[in-house]
Amino acid sequence: MSDIMRPATEWELKSMMTALSERSIPVEILGAGSKRGVGRPVVAPVVLTTGAMRGISLYEPAELVMSARAGTPLSQVEVELASRGQMLPFEPIDLGPMLGTGAGQQTIGAVFAANLSGSRRISAGAARDYLLGVRGVNGHAEIFKSGGRVMKNVTGYDVARGLAGSWGTLAVLSEVTFKVLPLPDDVLTLVYPDLTDDLAVEMMSLALTEPYEVSGTVHLAPALVSRLTHKTLSKEKRSVTAIRLENFTRSISYRKQRLRNALRAYGEPIELDLESSLAFWGDMRALSFFPPNGTHVWRISTAPSMAASLVASVRRHMKVEAYYDWSGGLIWLETPASADAGSADIRRAVATHGGHATLIRADETVRRTVEVFQPLGPAVDRITRGLKQAFDPMNILNPGRMYASL
Amino acid sequence: MASIALPLPDPEIVGRRESIVRDLVVLCGADAVISDEDGRRAFETDALTAYRRMPLAIVLPSTTEGVSAVLKYAKANGIKVMPRGAGTSLAGGAVPLEDSIVVGISKMNRVLEIDFHNRFARVEAGITNLAISAAVGAEDFFYAPDPSSQIACTLAGNIAMNSGGAHCLKYGVTTNNVLGVRMVTIDGEVVDIGGAHLDSEGYDLLALIVGSEGQFGIVTEATVRILRAAEGARPMMIGFESSAKAGICVARIIASGIIPVAIEFMDKPAIEVCEAFAKAGYPMNVEALLIIEVEGSEQEIADRLAYIASIAHELNPQALVVSGSPEQSAKIWKGRKSAFGAIGRISDYYCMDGTIPLAHLPHVLEQISAICAKYGLRVANIFHAGDGNLHPLVMYDANAPGEADKAEKAGAEILKLCVSVGGCLTGEHGVGLEKRDLMRVQFSEEDIAVQLRIKAVFDPDWLLNFGKVFPLDDVQAAIDKAQRARTEAPPSEAAA
Repeated sequence: MSDIMRPATEWELKSMMTALSERSIPVEILGAGSKRGVGRPVVAPVVLTTGAMRGISLYEPAELVMSARAGTPLSQVEVELASRGQMLPFEPIDLGPMLGTGAGQQTIGAVFAANLSGSRRISAGAARDYLLGVRGVNGHAEIFKSGGRVMKNVTGYDVARGLAGSWGTLAVLSEVTFKVLPLPDDVLTLVYPDLTDDLAVEMMSLALTEPYEVSGTVHLAPALVSRLTHKTLSKEKRSVTAIRLENFTRSISYRKQRLRNALRAYGEPIELDLESSLAFWGDMRALSFFPPNGTHVWRISTAPSMAASLVASVRRHMKVEAYYDWSGGLIWLETPASADAGSADIRRAVATHGGHATLIRADETVRRTVEVFQPLGPAVDRITRGLKQAFDPMNILNPGRMYASL
Repeated sequence: MASIALPLPDPEIVGRRESIVRDLVVLCGADAVISDEDGRRAFETDALTAYRRMPLAIVLPSTTEGVSAVLKYAKANGIKVMPRGAGTSLAGGAVPLEDSIVVGISKMNRVLEIDFHNRFARVEAGITNLAISAAVGAEDFFYAPDPSSQIACTLAGNIAMNSGGAHCLKYGVTTNNVLGVRMVTIDGEVVDIGGAHLDSEGYDLLALIVGSEGQFGIVTEATVRILRAAEGARPMMIGFESSAKAGICVARIIASGIIPVAIEFMDKPAIEVCEAFAKAGYPMNVEALLIIEVEGSEQEIADRLAYIASIAHELNPQALVVSGSPEQSAKIWKGRKSAFGAIGRISDYYCMDGTIPLAHLPHVLEQISAICAKYGLRVANIFHAGDGNLHPLVMYDANAPGEADKAEKAGAEILKLCVSVGGCLTGEHGVGLEKRDLMRVQFSEEDIAVQLRIKAVFDPDWLLNFGKVFPLDDVQAAIDKAQRARTEAPPSEAAA
């Protein structure tokens, strides 16, 4: 049983980190712990959670900026934003349902520490693109800040953005400041049934070459469609490919017509109105079609045009179910339970197609034996180790979570 | 001007100049090396012309391998390197040192691959910003960041400084639009980071490299995101009797849920100068002018401009003009984008680049006027209002004794003011030489230490763009500390 530290302030965090660093005691860093099962298992006698550092410290809707302490629940941030007609544009996904830790648990700090972006990534950018500033404590037990609260800031190196996606291995975030945007007035989704993976990727990419600001392009295998919580679509026995438009109602009705016309070779779409769209894209955010069922789930990032071929080449070795996001630029792959989670075949397919793969869901024993994050080339590995050393010379922050001995 | 100390040259290195030139010729060929005095003079400064130093030599490799060979040589011989794009830095980011070699990538300007399906372009980093958009324009695509110097500045320079532009309110700055880089480290190693896919594996090294002001390596190739252009775009101009009202108008537009592509602000002195230059039809009877651009179909543009006009009307604007033609739109933007040049025609000026929270605009403009009046200087203000990035242009007479120093002092006070209201020293020009000694206004000792340790990961000997970004004392202290650690620690531990 690990000791649990719950700093309530940045100063408490610093004093705890001082004690740990002076004695080189490894510490597992958690927000709410909903993503604890991602990464290589961390072996540490101490757990430190940011959950007691919570609260929104700044919100200026007219300047599109919010600051929140790292342990603030994402749900609180989103409720506050919605009350002023705003949102997190990068639509962070929720890994909780997939990992069996429950929906809606994660903290805002963890969203940035894991750089979690959803379907709107293709038009709006990733979590890291909205991160304006951070405060935190590193492995030297120093309180530091980077960035700030203004939209444009090139003062010094972009350390804040550099910490996005570092999974608590470089520093413990105490506060994050981020850009927000207005909620769209209206949403409409065009759903094209029964496209093959190839055709779906082709159509999704085509949709993005049109000037209508498509803000979501996803394609789901039939088996995943049947697991949707969406009432009508879950009854489809076929694959579905969905294209999202978000805008003022008048713009949407115009753009929808133009887009349908441009995509008419791909069949007749089903139209989802606002409410139905929100339900469907809610499913995408929660990845609710990957319930904890003993299978493994991989996340693969590649060039969209490579996506279908990459999946097909993995499929030659195992039964897989694929969910394509970002027009195919992001593949979520469900693979059967096995000792290595299909790692060898998946890594080989990624190597030949370009991109990288992360094993998001697997048993602890599997995560202990296979590389969870994409193995790095020698030059990048050297820089990565240098950065770890610069931030956390005693290697006490989430040791080994991303890579062995790092 | 010129009160910022440049590091003194190492006489031993300077004494070896001729042999260094010979070595560079062997490495890259005679036609890639500039060593005569007239040739070197063209590289002794950038757009912060008050600071200039003659470099040892300039080398302009044509390939990544050439850059690698030069950097490997520099490292082996302990010679400082000044990476250079087009030399358009307003912050002295590309001012060389007398004991440095300038390594320019301007000959590496080819488009390598355009992929509309996957929406990226792979280019050599010496390509100009505008040439990327030109290369994809026939298919109605574009590369989004649009710094005012886009006709001349290189992508490599944009990556080094994380450049922005007028339209980044909607499309983001360089860091949001670069997917991958090929970078040569000071060891001469060629590192590929990112690529055609949308996110990075492992740590976000791209985030650190973009905006590192040439201190981590030399980027020779990049993969950038290209976007499909909107069906159309049109600006409108709204003039107000006070900057306060203009600021309120911007805040109300954004709070209403509309994010225009650009919201630009000019004060009266800026309007007058830009109008004289571009004949854009700017209203002359107003104290503050907003240029607001929206995108979409004809109908969408009309709807959005009407909506913005309805917000503006509540504030009794003195002028409200919607562009009536593509020609007029071009003139409106020409006036704004040539503001620096237009002011340069009537006066020497010192261009500042702070960012402030929008709500502080009236207060900050008042204080800027007061600061400049105190020094007896005039000022014109250009403001990327949507994202709070303020460019006060402090005018002075370079021939009047002491006036340049006054401009520099006024500039420093203005930047401290920006920080004091919650903003920052630089929104898009970079720290460079100009703001180096102000870093401690914004950052604590620990904040700086964190950054210096990252620098040491890439370039522990501080050969790349030495003398910039951080106060020299802080850098020296970090170098001394690292050296002590190296001599104290057994080698095996240092390697881990």
